[in-house]
Amino acid sequence: MPKITFIDVNGNSRECEVPSGISVMEGAIQNGIEGILAICGGSCACSTCHSYIDEAWMAVVGKPDEIEDSTLELALDRRPNSRLTCQIEVTDALDGLVVHVAQNDG
Amino acid sequence: MATAPYIVVGGGQAGLQVCDSLRKFGYEGELLLIGEEPVLPYQRPPLSKHYLGGDLDAARLSFRPASHYEKLGIALRLGVRVTAIDRERREVVCSDGSRLAYARLALTTGTRVRELACPGADHPAVCYVRTLADSDHLRAALAEAHRLVVVGGGFIGLEVAAVARKQGKEVVVIEALDRLMARAVSPQVSDFYAALHRRHGVDVRLSTGVSAIEPAASGVQVLTGRDEAFAADVVVAGIGVVANDEIAAAAGLACRNGIVVDACARTSDPLIVAAGDCTMHMNGFLGRELRLESVQNAVDQARVAAGTMCEQPEPYVQVPWFWSDQYDVKLQMAGIGMPCEQSVLRGDPAAGAFSYFYFRDGRLCGADSVNRPADHMACRRLLAQGTMMTPAQVGDEGVDLMQIARG
Repeated sequence: MPKITFIDVNGNSRECEVPSGISVMEGAIQNGIEGILAICGGSCACSTCHSYIDEAWMAVVGKPDEIEDSTLELALDRRPNSRLTCQIEVTDALDGLVVHVAQNDG
Repeated sequence: MATAPYIVVGGGQAGLQVCDSLRKFGYEGELLLIGEEPVLPYQRPPLSKHYLGGDLDAARLSFRPASHYEKLGIALRLGVRVTAIDRERREVVCSDGSRLAYARLALTTGTRVRELACPGADHPAVCYVRTLADSDHLRAALAEAHRLVVVGGGFIGLEVAAVARKQGKEVVVIEALDRLMARAVSPQVSDFYAALHRRHGVDVRLSTGVSAIEPAASGVQVLTGRDEAFAADVVVAGIGVVANDEIAAAAGLACRNGIVVDACARTSDPLIVAAGDCTMHMNGFLGRELRLESVQNAVDQARVAAGTMCEQPEPYVQVPWFWSDQYDVKLQMAGIGMPCEQSVLRGDPAAGAFSYFYFRDGRLCGADSVNRPADHMACRRLLAQGTMMTPAQVGDEGVDLMQIARG
């Protein structure tokens, strides 16, 4: 099972096993990661699962599509490595992924 | 004497959000969430979309795992209905006969479906979509069905129609008004959706009321006021919802098509707040009272309610937003566009990507965006900031709305 490391806004780091096929957001929720709110449930409508993808992983994770790119406009502090974690599907290729959780309003 | 807990009545999205926000606001006392359905709070929007279509497991509908409630100290009583509020003794009375004392109370009782009232409406072929159990029932019924009649051309009915068409069912949508989603979107957007559904093979009947449902040799016949008859194996009625305000009303709280609350989510009892679909609330963004059925309202108003419970009242001013997924078309709505005095097109309906921006009293009041997420997000930000926009600006694709919104 792929392992994903989440680093919350307080700098706490946790490595979690997340099954392939669900989203990175769902993996964070299942593991009780602070700061991932996901109030729209993963419909790409709210930006409250906003996170920064570790630079080393940017190429693997890829860029947001048009809907996500627009929705990211609602995020508080958008950066070049911003992604909505509800739009990233976990695969074996993401084993070892490092995600920095953004400041999400809530 | 130990202090009584804060109790939240209603285990939907608003109820969970009140609990989470209470902890965020620093409430450290006992907290109890009472939910009528026997499952952890879950997302309702997929019930008429991906979940109904079979693309999503029930486990993935839960907002939070059980560990979340343990971690935040949220006690759960699920499968229990609150039948009365005894304001004098500050207790809620539950369907299992128990009485629970509260220090403060939040009502997030939501809504229930409005049921068809025509003769034969109690036929077992008639289904609704509100709860997980409803969606499970409909999913099973659709699996056996060839012909679906949808009564009501609103979001729920049209989303179900889209799912059923994808499954190859014959689908008829019967709408009493002269256009689809009439309460929420403009006539132009309604027309686009009528054409979209017809293109996907749905028989869309407007200005048509259902007069009766009669048993047939196989399934039922849905009879209309125009003396037509549509054969169906399954009938889905999506004709709106009714606020669950009965226990509030019986307790003497002001109710008017919902539990009446002020901008800080207070009911007429200072110890009781209410939030979500069940409230007739003073909406700071609109400057008037209304009831909203949406994820946005459930979450934002619940936060306001939690703040009020923690003596940190802030008025509810957030911009309403909604969405609906039908086929591969994403409809996103910002603000409250209807009624409006002017609607301005941006983009190209023929290309399947456009927005209509609406103006009321000379001000931008909302937008419906079809496969145009950037317009939607820009509109939400413009509305939140109260930026003055002109019809010429929003209609001109050369004007970058997001740039204006960024300020």
